[in-house]
Amino acid sequence: MTDVSARKTERLLNLVICLLATRRFLSAEQVRTAVPGYAESEEAFKRAFERDKEELRELGIPLETGSNDVLFDDEVGYRIARDSYALPDISLAADEAAVLGLAARAWQQASIAGAASSALLKLEAAGVRTGEVTPAGIEPRVETREPAFLPLWEAVREARPVTFPYRTPGSPTSTERRLEPWGVVCWHGRWYVAGHDVDRRDTRVFRLDRVAGPVRATGPAGSVSVPDGVDLRGTVASFAARQPTGTARLRVRAGTAYGLRRYAAAVRPAGKGWDEADLDFADVEALADEILGYGADVVVIDPPEARAAVIRRLRAIAGKVAAGASGTGDE
Amino acid sequence: MSGALDRLPRLLALVPYLLARPGARLRDVAATFGVTERQLRQDLDLVFLCGLPGHMPDDLIDVSIDGDVITLTNAETIARPLRLQVDEALVLLVGLRMLASAPGVQDRDALDRALAKLEGAAGDAAAAASTHVAVEVEAEESVLASARDALERGRMMHLDYYVPGRDETTERDVDPMRLVLAGGRTYLEGWCRHAEGVRLFRLDRVVSLDVLEQPAAPPPEAVPRDLDAGLFQSAPGDTLVTLELEPAGAWVAEYHPCESVEDLGDGRLRVGLRTPQTSWVRRLALRLGGSGRVLAPADLAAQVRADARAALAAYDDQ
Repeated sequence: MTDVSARKTERLLNLVICLLATRRFLSAEQVRTAVPGYAESEEAFKRAFERDKEELRELGIPLETGSNDVLFDDEVGYRIARDSYALPDISLAADEAAVLGLAARAWQQASIAGAASSALLKLEAAGVRTGEVTPAGIEPRVETREPAFLPLWEAVREARPVTFPYRTPGSPTSTERRLEPWGVVCWHGRWYVAGHDVDRRDTRVFRLDRVAGPVRATGPAGSVSVPDGVDLRGTVASFAARQPTGTARLRVRAGTAYGLRRYAAAVRPAGKGWDEADLDFADVEALADEILGYGADVVVIDPPEARAAVIRRLRAIAGKVAAGASGTGDE
Repeated sequence: MSGALDRLPRLLALVPYLLARPGARLRDVAATFGVTERQLRQDLDLVFLCGLPGHMPDDLIDVSIDGDVITLTNAETIARPLRLQVDEALVLLVGLRMLASAPGVQDRDALDRALAKLEGAAGDAAAAASTHVAVEVEAEESVLASARDALERGRMMHLDYYVPGRDETTERDVDPMRLVLAGGRTYLEGWCRHAEGVRLFRLDRVVSLDVLEQPAAPPPEAVPRDLDAGLFQSAPGDTLVTLELEPAGAWVAEYHPCESVEDLGDGRLRVGLRTPQTSWVRRLALRLGGSGRVLAPADLAAQVRADARAALAAYDDQ
């Protein structure tokens, strides 16, 4: 903390107190007299006062401008209305305070953690005691590791359209997408943004971990309107859990691949230490992902394209030299 | 490090906080506000210089520190904290709704009351925006209900648990400690009598759960991990695995906590991750196909190639 910034903080705190204490609007000149720490020169004072007002507004302090006298309204005055400044009285029972504390602490691992802890401090400052009762039960944690989370959260909050590069699986390059975002949803541990895709002219859902570069707002706040009655969770859920397009037939070594058996539509013994399983799938490559992890314990019988995908990917591994530039690697 | 834009909001919360808690102690207050005691003293020194216009002694905020007990008076103008900003209200509202949506949550009644009060205090903008952010939670209802039952009644449990890394189910007796909801998944944290250590069990991998009549008795060394340091923490004895990832395999760096991530250009990455067991890495490497490979340890890389050849042989047989 430098002296300069300490002096500035002191001036801003005095300014807040001064503008809260007054019922009448104060002119810039009156502020200058009442608040210590402004410069002597007129120019320097004006610059500093402009910046101070800007910073108070950034912190969410409701600075009002107006005039005391309708007949002489040429001079602008300033004040802070106490009612809109202060956190409304919020009296919480102990159990209510406890769940609120739990809800705030859930974000401690998230990029938005700062807002969660400052919210908690304000409630504590209002006399709420959030940390004293630890409710038995579940301790939640929300994680937002994706860099796209904060800019998209802000875009949704301010109803602004965005553009971002997006990578689809299996493609080495990304394409720029234009979206009017309606909301961000965490579905089974993954973050998605849903909205109107301007180029596709249709509703689209994007995974935040596939946003491959900066998210830029491209329009003014309030320029996105979310359609009435839009079901965000439903939209994301139907995207996240895609409908199966086919059923694969697999040979599964007896007593193995439990994780895969759980999702199989049917499993029947096939003799000689093997079972046969039917597994619904939406995408051949995703199916191959699932099967490959079980190595020699799971063999695809049908469909041929899934068989081919698994064999191709196994060859890519088996053929690789131990170290150095093995080259391609790409699928 | 902290400019006026960080420090002023802290001071505007600190003053009402101290007014509401006469006799608060330096150490506790510093911990609550996440600053050092030295920083807190500097904050209080600064507040002491501020007050109403005129700045006569009677106008100034009065602060005294007696031993480590803080007394703050004469600050009526800023006795209330600043209202919640949109983001602050949003995280609380979304967090509460997430809690309410989790199956078998504690005290739904308290959640509903807290939500209603907070919506009132949050302002229209935040309340409106909060319907555009949601966190959905998955949980196996029946397993969760049994786990809660064991926790509430302080009973040991017998778990049949699937370990995907080794593709096997294991049986173990566990003294339950708590339930954790992270990354959209529900975990049971408990003392595993078999491993003699604190373990996290993903509820969607629990094949069956029996609540035993034996009382749960986690030993003193069974300490819940600090969730704020991350759910998974590596130990010094863990193996360091190095992977080279093509763009199609870059998701690994996001999905698994990596110790190091090096950008090799063209979307390729070299990552290092520590793990107590490498069997799951073998499966991961098979899964990655050509879009990633193990660089080190060398014997792990050789194993993966042997796995792939064995799997290919199964196709030749048919």
